Amino acid sequence: MKEFAYRRATDLRDALIAGSTGARYLGGGTNLVDLMKSGVEAPDRLVDVRWLPLAGIRETPDGGLLIGATTTNSDLAAHPGVRRRYPALSQAVLAGASGQLRNMATVGGNLLQRTRCGYFADPSYACNKRLPGSGCPAIAGQHHNHAVLGWSPHCAATHPSDMAVALVAFDAIVRYETLDGGGEIPLEEFYPPVGDTPQRETALPPGALITAVVLPGSAVSPRSRYRKVRERASYAFATVSVAVGLDGDGGSARIALGGVASRPWRARTAESSLLAGPPTADGFRAAADAELSAARPLPGNGYKVTLARNLIVAVLEEVHA
Amino acid sequence: MTDDHRSGISLRVNGVTHRLTVDNRTTLLDALREDLGRTGPKKGCDHGQCGACTVLLDGRRVVSCLTLAVAAEGAEVTTIEGVEHPLQAAFVAHDGFQCGFCTSGQICSAVGMLAEHAAGWPSAVTADVSPDTPPPTLDAAEVRERLSGNLCRCGAYPAIVRAVIEVAG
Repeated sequence: MKEFAYRRATDLRDALIAGSTGARYLGGGTNLVDLMKSGVEAPDRLVDVRWLPLAGIRETPDGGLLIGATTTNSDLAAHPGVRRRYPALSQAVLAGASGQLRNMATVGGNLLQRTRCGYFADPSYACNKRLPGSGCPAIAGQHHNHAVLGWSPHCAATHPSDMAVALVAFDAIVRYETLDGGGEIPLEEFYPPVGDTPQRETALPPGALITAVVLPGSAVSPRSRYRKVRERASYAFATVSVAVGLDGDGGSARIALGGVASRPWRARTAESSLLAGPPTADGFRAAADAELSAARPLPGNGYKVTLARNLIVAVLEEVHA
Repeated sequence: MTDDHRSGISLRVNGVTHRLTVDNRTTLLDALREDLGRTGPKKGCDHGQCGACTVLLDGRRVVSCLTLAVAAEGAEVTTIEGVEHPLQAAFVAHDGFQCGFCTSGQICSAVGMLAEHAAGWPSAVTADVSPDTPPPTLDAAEVRERLSGNLCRCGAYPAIVRAVIEVAG
């Protein structure tokens, strides 16, 4: 690991000054410290933001929730308001990592975690995320767990977060601060398309610090469900996952997929298809097929298309039951 | 190495405060083992995947291999050397180990897990996460899920699960 300077931010402005001059923000460290060990990340300076008063969850005037960025994954999943009104979010967080890692990891850090593509994680390989222009060995190599939607010839890596899949289904908004002021980005627009810039992973301005994630309260029903398929029963990243929530009147569904793209994939095409008819098994299948007609599987991951289709149908049946 | 790359910290471990100067790269695991002689936490994978290095930080279980020692300053660290819990006798009674390398992490993790369950936290196998339903009984499925961050290459899982269920019961 490369040597680095470390200090704890004393207040938000102190953190932003450090961040604007090249320091990296340290949250739980579960991904960043690991990547520093392997040399994928090599910051000169870390500014520890867990001591800022950004932890905690509170209700917003519209009946939604404001989740502070340094809230741990554990505290998010255990929060009564999350479990009662956004159960798919609690389920998604609980489906990720292990008890120990969830106690460390923060909500802001979860959104910024890097892909678990094996080529990205190993600096002895080329990787367009790590070294733009060096190539993507995954596309002609080991890609059974790579993307089937939205990938480009430059990168087929997936976003690993479970939490973000549920958040994007609930129309979450990312709130951030910079020295020049703050801003908000809908999570659905937070991760840019891969295109020819896979190294550009978020829409955050340089030096920005995520301060909170806001869940709108409007029109959300507690009938939601997150379901994850993985290669072992626990403690593994998704091959495919799906979050489904019904709107307040039960009439329309929100659907998001994990493990299939460089970002949590909001299945807008499927949602539109569902609006065209009654909630029946035939309608669910048609909606899933409509969404996945855009899929372009690689030679080794075509199974994900079938898996995603069946998961969408199964979880829609579950929430409508 | 310049002064920027080192930090003078105090670490409170099992109720005793230690002053030490660490390279900022030092993990809590290495500080515990190499600087403070607390070799109960084990270095298995060193990547947060095996759980052998599990300790309690302010009562919550974490992997010490991904925790920087400088970031743990001010927290109360509990290693297996500081644990006195019925789980220890239960692991012996149920033969919850073979080589023993994962055991300290298994027990620290189980101590943290029992506290999480007592606080009403659901798990990924809990059928209904609603806070308005009673917390799930710690049966084999719940224990296996909640302790999935601790690997045992000897495969002592059935006995580990029996030991934890006995104590949870």
